Amino acid sequence: MTTDRLEEIELRLLLDGILAVYGYDFRDYAEASLKRRVRHWLQAQPFTTLSLAQNAILRDRAVFSSFVAGITVNVSEMFRDPEFFVALRKQVVPFLRTWPFIRIWVAGCSGGEEAYSLAIVLDEEGLLQRSRIYATDINETILDRARDGILPLAEMQKFTRNYQRAGGTRAFADYYTARYDRALLAGRLKENILFTAHNLSVDADFGEMQMILCRNVLIYFNRDLKNRVLDLFDRALTSGGFLCLGLKESLDGSSLTGLYPELSRGLRIYRKSYPD
Amino acid sequence: MSGRPRYQLVVIGVSAGGLKVLKSLLGALPGDFPWPILIVQHLRAGGDSSPAGVLRRYAALRLKEADAGEPVVPRTAYFAPANYHLLLERDLTLALSVDPPVRYARPSVDVLFESAADAVGAGVIGIVLTGANDDGSAGLQAIRSAGGLVIAQDPDEAEVAQMPLAAIHAGPIDHILPLAQIASLLCDLAGPEMPS
Repeated sequence: MTTDRLEEIELRLLLDGILAVYGYDFRDYAEASLKRRVRHWLQAQPFTTLSLAQNAILRDRAVFSSFVAGITVNVSEMFRDPEFFVALRKQVVPFLRTWPFIRIWVAGCSGGEEAYSLAIVLDEEGLLQRSRIYATDINETILDRARDGILPLAEMQKFTRNYQRAGGTRAFADYYTARYDRALLAGRLKENILFTAHNLSVDADFGEMQMILCRNVLIYFNRDLKNRVLDLFDRALTSGGFLCLGLKESLDGSSLTGLYPELSRGLRIYRKSYPD
Repeated sequence: MSGRPRYQLVVIGVSAGGLKVLKSLLGALPGDFPWPILIVQHLRAGGDSSPAGVLRRYAALRLKEADAGEPVVPRTAYFAPANYHLLLERDLTLALSVDPPVRYARPSVDVLFESAADAVGAGVIGIVLTGANDDGSAGLQAIRSAGGLVIAQDPDEAEVAQMPLAAIHAGPIDHILPLAQIASLLCDLAGPEMPS
């Protein structure tokens, strides 16, 4: 039997084991990226094969957490895809204003970059005080980092450029304090964000959201899981609410095709229709 | 030989500045070239238009930027979008990722090549063209280990020799050829599967 074939079998057995022991379901993650991440994680471990790692993953929660962190961490940026944030300001904010209270779910929030970017937009538009951002991720370790609101100072130059291109109206430096090699985000940005653990593949939805941001998360899921998550979002959104996906993700071929018109072509901002 | 054709798919890696070579390689392939072609071209930071758009008028094949989840079809060349890795799944659909750059590259040639080796094994033809780094070397060897065919552009001909040279130093290469001969080799290999 080839090594590749063995590796596939080992991975399948491990994912079944993880589901049985911990209730985390990674079986419907898109395979190519998952394999890369698993290999990458394994290289930093003392185990030579996934079968050997399995013993530790299933018996030792710390090893399991490290495995989950290794295969789920998504890299993000503040104001990633500035053109998206321009559209958000111009085309979505006017609708958000019409709601007395605004509930937003940032699904797969990773280190919090997207949630904080959104908080800045809402702050500048005078909406932050009546908004609540629910930022969720499967990975508890990264949620701790997100809650702290600490980013590498080296990234801030890039984030500042993004912010300016995204239509930011202030000096980006007003939003953080530099401490040694880190940037500490302003406390008032955190007040309306609730960072909490949520597993898109098994947990239930949050209700009555006016907007859901889930950008560059679904690209890691296979078609089944992507559709299940989109159905979850559909249940969570109020009529007239907004669903924002990554620039290379779309609703084409999903169960929501046609039900969510795209607000601005190519920017992947979809609006849930009102019932007839 | 009978049954399943030997090859099913072509993957190409080329570094920044590769438009010229892609223009002549894709320009030399007929519109009925049967195998899907997946291309990672390194783009300069803040780079502008997608290579698929620029090259369209030179190629008889259909050229497009890859969408996440789309099934690959014959007579089509897919380009990795700027800032995303492009991968191939075993069910022959395309996947994208925003995982960190691999040795400074996103899209990374190695990421595409290794996923194609996993997905299609001996059915892959991997090609490394001109470029200024060593991306693609590891991927080409992954394709070779899986039984696929590996080709490097002749470094003497390449505008920047480093990428094909690195590939040649990393391990055995089936063919080291000038661009024009890469195109004719592909046509010869695909010959039996082309209508006329």
